[in-house]
Amino acid sequence: MEYLPNISFAIVLVAGIAFFRRNVLRLIRNIKLGKEPQLEKDNTQRWKNMARIALGQSKMVVRPVSGIMHILVYVGFVIINIEVLEIIIDGLLGTHRIFAGLGPIYDFLIASFEILALLVIIAVVVFWLRRNIIRVKRFIKPEMKGWPKRDADLILYIEVVLMFLFLTMNATDAQLQALSVEGYAQAGAFPVSQFMMPWYEGMETASIIMIERAAWWLHIVGILVFLNYLYYSKHLHILLAFPNTFYGSLKPKGQLDNLEAVTKEVQLMMDPNADPFAAPAEDAETPEKFGASDVMDLKWTQLLSAYTCTECGRCTSECPANQTGKKLSPRKIMMDTRDRLEEVGQNMNVNAGKFVDDGKQLLDDYISREELWACTSCNACVEACPVSIDPLSIIMDMRQYLVMEQSAAPAELNQMMSNVENNGAPWPFNQMDRLNWVNES
Amino acid sequence: MSEGIKVPTMASLFAEGKQPEVLFWVGCAGSFDDRAKKITRAFVKILNKADVSFAVLGTEESCTGDPAKRAGNEFLFQMQAVTNIEVMNAYEVKKIVTTCPHCFNTIKNEYPGLGGEYEVIHHTQLINQLFEEGRLSLEGGSYKGKRITYHDPCYLGRANNIYQAPRDLIQKLDAELVEMKNCRKRGLCCGAGGSQMFKDAEKGDKEVNIARTEEALETKPDIIAAACPFCNTMMTDGVKIKEKEASIVVKDIAELIAGADDL
Repeated sequence: MEYLPNISFAIVLVAGIAFFRRNVLRLIRNIKLGKEPQLEKDNTQRWKNMARIALGQSKMVVRPVSGIMHILVYVGFVIINIEVLEIIIDGLLGTHRIFAGLGPIYDFLIASFEILALLVIIAVVVFWLRRNIIRVKRFIKPEMKGWPKRDADLILYIEVVLMFLFLTMNATDAQLQALSVEGYAQAGAFPVSQFMMPWYEGMETASIIMIERAAWWLHIVGILVFLNYLYYSKHLHILLAFPNTFYGSLKPKGQLDNLEAVTKEVQLMMDPNADPFAAPAEDAETPEKFGASDVMDLKWTQLLSAYTCTECGRCTSECPANQTGKKLSPRKIMMDTRDRLEEVGQNMNVNAGKFVDDGKQLLDDYISREELWACTSCNACVEACPVSIDPLSIIMDMRQYLVMEQSAAPAELNQMMSNVENNGAPWPFNQMDRLNWVNES
Repeated sequence: MSEGIKVPTMASLFAEGKQPEVLFWVGCAGSFDDRAKKITRAFVKILNKADVSFAVLGTEESCTGDPAKRAGNEFLFQMQAVTNIEVMNAYEVKKIVTTCPHCFNTIKNEYPGLGGEYEVIHHTQLINQLFEEGRLSLEGGSYKGKRITYHDPCYLGRANNIYQAPRDLIQKLDAELVEMKNCRKRGLCCGAGGSQMFKDAEKGDKEVNIARTEEALETKPDIIAAACPFCNTMMTDGVKIKEKEASIVVKDIAELIAGADDL
């Protein structure tokens, strides 16, 4: 019985990590459903981008209020997690505050964690107010109704609870230290939780120990639960922001990829020696599908982005189409891509790892044509994203499917395109008149 | 007005065995749109004044394919691209200047992958270079003290990170450059990009060009400067709808420079 707490702890820890591992493997499997992108091989630049944009949060501070608050939560969570290391060792070995031997360094660490925890709580309260009381416009758009809204609030609640448990653990510990209770040696400095100590004054030692233990356990279990909640929420960005900024485009934003499959066909058409009536070779591959109508037609980098999106809505609030009341919201493009990808993943889970056609697709069932045609390709969404997501690339891929596979462009665009094809300009002017401007005034 | 502008074609120079310093890619708007043709002529006047050796493709020029590509028609885009590249490579074109940010973006970024590698610059960059090299100077002060706000074209700004060249030219006019609340990286689109120029907008509560024009009007400008023929059209329409055309003009940077020098 002596080792019961250690064994229970080990079981909880292993279960938490195993479940997390299962979800990460699913995540990787789903992302790999995407096609291979045309990636430039400048890894030096990629590491730099990741360091600057994800680690350095450079694009978050474009909006100072939410940017600075976000940095508090980010730094707070990363640094306070050093404490988790101690909790894990304590839990497994049955020790208590094993790093206490670091002396003044330990005091400094615990004191910093406490101050950060307080700052995290303040930032999270501000975030909650922005979502629920101030109701910042980008948080109350139509795509945020229902689960996305609850998800966002839930994350904030979990964060406050985790920080509160951490501080409670410290406050009761400090109280027990003050009472010179056995097993609670003098360790740590408690600049924040000292103000919670009076709550436990006069309480029986056994009760304080119980609260301390409970806070300790709930804190670590809470962290494991939160870790496993990530996969089911928009909160994966805390992990995926790093690979996503790494794989973010290095090209000028205006540059769209040239479809290689099309290049081959164009070359064939321009080749005077090619026989247009030749039967396809026996071993010819089936012609590649142009553009994207479902998630499997997208590149895996786009699918990674879909999981990375944390629905902050900076893209949507900068989108000229959205600002003028059109249905298009770049955030919704990313959310729809993720939701459809999850649906495909679930389908594979229940069909022994194979996707069985469910009669649905990303186009029409999730993203409407009206949304796709409202885009001005201005790149405001791409510029706005703090984690290098490119919603425009998905819109363009889906337009390619509509036009090249379905001939389903709006009539006016068909007119424009037939002009380009026939007379080399989007308007019905004769190419022979191209130089007339010289003699006009 | 048309007296004196010299516009050699690549074909005519080629026949004389000559190679110009730079090819001026006029673009469809610059060739056919009545408003944009004025920009084209203004830019040619600047080129002539600075004695730049240039030529145009004239009837051998064809749409870059940008509107087709942005509409999703990669096939048509690549057909256009390959045809244009063939023509330009035959003339051994090395350097291209264009007054249209869409042509600029497409030729600069999307042609190299299809065999068309050129040095591509926007006309605001070339005009800046001409000033730097002393080939162009401004004395006229017809814009002195005027309030000018500059609208960043998406395909010049965000798409290619060119924010400063057009602003440097406005500064040269001795005018007061007033920025809109959304400018540079956060500049709001005029509403024409991504082939929107050629279709009606989807259902909404406002046109994008009206939203952008309103932002421009907030700066109380005398002139709205643009650096893209499509932005120019959108902003001109916006100013008309806001019934401000009597007090506010929309001008391309090339027109401002040419106008300042009374070319």
